[in-house]
Amino acid sequence: MTRETEESGGPHGKTSRSDDAVLLKVQGLVRDFDSLRALDGADLEVHSDTITGLIGPNGAGKTTLFNVVTGFHLAQGGRVTLNGQDITNLPPHRIFRHGLCRTFQIPREHQSLSVLENLMLVPIGQQGEGLFNAWLRPGAVRRQELANRKKALEVLEFVDLSHVRDEYARNLSGGQKKLLELARTLMTDPTLVLLDEPGAGVNPTLMHRLTDNIRYLNRERGITFLVIEHDMDMIMSLCDPVVVMSEGRQLMTGSPEEVRRDPRVLEAYLGGQYATVEG
Amino acid sequence: METLILIKSVLLIIPIVLLLLLLLPARRWRLPMAVVAGVVLAFALSASLPSGILAYSVSFAIMGCVYALLTLGLNIQWGYTGHLNFGVAGFFAVGAFTSALMTVEAPTGIAAQYTQMAFGLGLPFLVGVAAAALVSAVVAFLVAVPVLRLRMDFLAIATIGVAEIIRLIFQNERWLANGPQPLRGIPQPLRCLVETQGCGWLPPWTTTVLEPLTPRDYPLFYLTIISLFVAGAYLLMERACRSPWGRMLRAVRDEEASAAMNGKPITYVRIQSFVVGAVIMGIAGALYAHYTVTIDYSHFHALFATFLVWVMLMLGGSGNNRGAIIGGFIVWGVWSGTAFLANAIEPLLALIADDLPRRAAYFRWLLVALLLAAIVLFRPQGLIREEKRVSRYLRE
Repeated sequence: MTRETEESGGPHGKTSRSDDAVLLKVQGLVRDFDSLRALDGADLEVHSDTITGLIGPNGAGKTTLFNVVTGFHLAQGGRVTLNGQDITNLPPHRIFRHGLCRTFQIPREHQSLSVLENLMLVPIGQQGEGLFNAWLRPGAVRRQELANRKKALEVLEFVDLSHVRDEYARNLSGGQKKLLELARTLMTDPTLVLLDEPGAGVNPTLMHRLTDNIRYLNRERGITFLVIEHDMDMIMSLCDPVVVMSEGRQLMTGSPEEVRRDPRVLEAYLGGQYATVEG
Repeated sequence: METLILIKSVLLIIPIVLLLLLLLPARRWRLPMAVVAGVVLAFALSASLPSGILAYSVSFAIMGCVYALLTLGLNIQWGYTGHLNFGVAGFFAVGAFTSALMTVEAPTGIAAQYTQMAFGLGLPFLVGVAAAALVSAVVAFLVAVPVLRLRMDFLAIATIGVAEIIRLIFQNERWLANGPQPLRGIPQPLRCLVETQGCGWLPPWTTTVLEPLTPRDYPLFYLTIISLFVAGAYLLMERACRSPWGRMLRAVRDEEASAAMNGKPITYVRIQSFVVGAVIMGIAGALYAHYTVTIDYSHFHALFATFLVWVMLMLGGSGNNRGAIIGGFIVWGVWSGTAFLANAIEPLLALIADDLPRRAAYFRWLLVALLLAAIVLFRPQGLIREEKRVSRYLRE
């Protein structure tokens, strides 16, 4: 993989790299909720092997961007490509099969399933999900189930949830649910994982473990991450580059240092949006 | 007389063994225990019970089996997938009328003026049941595509509407299945065994052996047939639900968005479970029709064929197939028992007001409603709760 040296160019001081390293490309995404324009021509590029941060004031459209990219909301304009393939407005399960996983801001575990089976649910191509295979091919289903169980136990070991594997997922603490969300994405071999505020409501110790895990997965397993986060310490230490959104559009992209210094970012957080509302 | 009791005992063995298998806990000794106890019970019951009570018990058990099937079907839809289907009666009716149309001979001559039907193919019983399953599946699919976009209460309203439409079609379309008049003469499988001339396709010794049986004893055969259907449906559903298929259903029920993000095609899953549930309800309808011989639209009112089934599932335990069957039998028992109760209190009601005894029937509904309220308040998970572990491959 060739990567051009980073150059600071373009009107937004955009960090640009060669196109073949672009994993996720979002172009001119538009999405309205009634009269509210949540996404107003949003652009975004996520390069392979990065941990890209996505920040912006509340209501900037970050979660909506996730929802549109992953097929939960339909885009009313624009294009999303993953690895060069157009995935705009595909249903969520098809997008998942392209290797794109996401977690939710508020964990959405399957409450009535055990932690173990929350994970065993995830793998693609389970024969036992077909009614006739479930009836007629118990041998094949058993082999797959045992393999998936083994994998789930490994993942639980990795996120340190082994001790609660037989609990109902609804009984986990808030932080454990966050870990379970991350664990869920590891049950497949994702190319890109979108994390929606993985640090919200998580205590500092757990937060450390979470960032360590993300870094490890990025380095050792080559998983690319796009992370929405409000905790600036986490963003600054974990992510490069960082994309700033405001009012449904991309405001700028740059290294954490560049973002920190940029006056437009400060304005977006402190005054920009209020000024527009008044106008 | 002795041979009659012997034959009856033998005929009771299969249903009783199946019932014991359902009730006994899953241990190594379950099967031998059930077989031994079943044989003993079968002989003890047929020897000790007066024939009237035995006949009543058999017909009670047959209707219990019909309701157990309906409850099993609803359990797939509501228990596993969370479809609030208040249209059970619709699929029940579709199954009953389909099987009737497939198996009744089309009337000819003067009878054709009294009984109108779209067609009457005179096919065997099993073909009728299979057709009932197939047509229920098609109807469920056609209903599911627009209706399953709705959630919870809206789905409930839509499915009530669909069931009422189905019932009104059978009430008003004379050409289809004799309209408001009953459709009679639905053939009963193996009925010939109790007729004097016997079954032509079976060896002649069967006629000799079954000589002592009269047509009044036919329900014993039907009980064996229908209990085998219940057992088959239970085994198939249990196997499917205790595999990744059932896990997928429960995942969709718990949290749709997350299931979608785990790569599950939720629309397809929801339609699949709705159709599978409806197929079982359709089969229940077919088995009901062949038992009662005569059906008409009034048998498919929501009170009997939808809401009673809901109470059964709530009592037995949503999300548990065993619970569904047991709940079906218990509530059917309560319902049948309240008939006696309503009769017994009629003199008492007459003391209060002259016209109250005529309304004693509603007293039964009051009791069922109280039962439902008690379940929801004191045991919302039902008698047998849903199991935590889904996959049967995870037993260690």
